[in-house]
Amino acid sequence: MRYSALKILTQGLTGNKGWTPVWREPEPQAEYDIIVIGGGGHGLSTAYYLAKEFGEKRVAVLEKGWLGSGNIGRNTTIIRSNYLLEGNQPFYEMSLKLWEGLEQDFNYNAMVSQRGIMNLIHSDPQRDAFVRRGNAMRLSGADAVILDRDGIREKAPFLDFDNGRFPIQGAIWQPRGGTVRHDAVAWGYARGADSRGVDIIQNCEVTGFQIENGVCSGVETSKGAIKAKKVAVCVAGSSSRVMETAGMRVPIESHVLQAFVTEGLKPVIPGVITFGAGHFYVSQSDKGGLVFGGDIDGYNTYAQRGNLPVVEDVCEGGMAIMPMIGRARLLRMWGGVMDMSMDGSPFIDRTHIDGLYFNGGWCYGGFKATPASGFCYAHLLSTGSPHPTATAYRLDRFRQGRQIDEKGMGNQPNLH
Amino acid sequence: MIINHPLLGPRDAAEFVNRGDACQIDRPDGMTASMDEMHDYAYLRDNPAGEVRELWYHEQGDRSWLVVTRNTLTHEITSVEMARDVARARGRST
Ligand SMILES: Cc1cc2nc3c(=O)[nH]c(=O)nc-3n(C[C@H](O)[C@H](O)[C@H](O)COP(=O)(O)OP(=O)(O)OC[C@H]3O[C@@H](n4cnc5c(N)ncnc54)[C@H](O)[C@@H]3O)c2cc1C
Repeated sequence: MRYSALKILTQGLTGNKGWTPVWREPEPQAEYDIIVIGGGGHGLSTAYYLAKEFGEKRVAVLEKGWLGSGNIGRNTTIIRSNYLLEGNQPFYEMSLKLWEGLEQDFNYNAMVSQRGIMNLIHSDPQRDAFVRRGNAMRLSGADAVILDRDGIREKAPFLDFDNGRFPIQGAIWQPRGGTVRHDAVAWGYARGADSRGVDIIQNCEVTGFQIENGVCSGVETSKGAIKAKKVAVCVAGSSSRVMETAGMRVPIESHVLQAFVTEGLKPVIPGVITFGAGHFYVSQSDKGGLVFGGDIDGYNTYAQRGNLPVVEDVCEGGMAIMPMIGRARLLRMWGGVMDMSMDGSPFIDRTHIDGLYFNGGWCYGGFKATPASGFCYAHLLSTGSPHPTATAYRLDRFRQGRQIDEKGMGNQPNLH
Repeated sequence: MIINHPLLGPRDAAEFVNRGDACQIDRPDGMTASMDEMHDYAYLRDNPAGEVRELWYHEQGDRSWLVVTRNTLTHEITSVEMARDVARARGRST
């Protein structure tokens, strides 16, 4: 069923009785050409592009819980393409371009809202670094503007410009950045994939792989064994656990990131704003809640909840740049388990086991990558060669000395 | 989380920084190790769901390194040792 304004009108006039389920609930077949493990944003977008762009006909997505139960339904929904390094920036800019056409492409309202993202500058060296980053962004075809204090005041007069410790000196502003309704992204990709014949199988946990003589020919699941010519792992925070069953250790640790939402307020925050001297970022949802977050907790964990010291740290960051939020009451907070890689950058690669592919290491920034990650993974799976914007995301890059370390922190995942 | 420091007693985990898997104590000899050994030591981690042994540094305290045994599903801490004792027991001289 194609969604349109006319459809809403006619359905509204006929008691909304004609809506059908958005995707089927099929039983797994005995064999597929490609199995994607993980029904998060990246797994679903991979399946969607496999079917739509690469004409793959026999594809299944296996999800251990329900669609959207992982990080795709837990993130703070920020999209941007403001990276510095060669291996990253063209990929994230491609992703932002895909976001811009996504809703028309998959005929679903994902509430893509390019309300802009502003990273505040608090010192001279930081300005130098951000100007350099802005130039790198523009070289990749993205947009970046350096704002002075007056330029910021026009957009966000409520900031604490003359804070004693962290006065605001300027900002880098990406007008095309913004936010997207996260669950709608999962649902839209799921619907688009399903309508092109992809079997989306929920409550189906992959428990192992069928690997013989270095060739992967299928998976073991809670619903029985399923054969496949190619198996594509895409399980974000569970990457190490799933790859362990294939006998592989990956350069990833699992860490928790927390997110917070306040009660609904009148529109106050114009776009996404980030603090440059600590770690705090905030936007306002269409319902009015302030959505914000900060650093990861900093220790390995699979518990989808964080601890209080980070709550305090995030709130201090918020108070340091916008004291007005001190009176907003917090409604909800939660955590998601993230696949933090050794250099803070992701992997989209084949493994040394034939037929087994890996997508992961997205850290706290994989939501914005959802369209490009799926597109590039589908490209690799279907054509056998990496997409031109994703050639750097190799699993062996540490061995080659080709880290993509945006923050320059070295092999310590909790610092990226 | 509260870390029961062997010398200082119970301390808030916020006083510490985490350095990850305690396997990093077993650093291969850089003069003799193969490329693979060095790569695996520096970049690969087990990352299990369940019990881990990891290094914590008491940055806001006595600056000692600890080996903490902790469960990554429940955050329960079951043992805390001085990293130097662990390292010596494993044959490291310093
Ligand atoms: C609090 C928080 C805030 C964030 N904010 C942002 C942000 O503002 N911007 C941004 O770009 N990114 C953000 N991120 C990061 C982003 O959400 C993730 O990088 C991204 O969602 C990961 O990809 P995914 O959607 O495929 O993951 P997930 O949705 O986690 O998908 C993985 C799926 O695999 C399934 N799975 C696991 N094991 C198995 C198995 N054995 N068998 C079958 N299925 C399995 C899981 O159930 C899960 O559904 C944030 C993350 C968190 C936690």
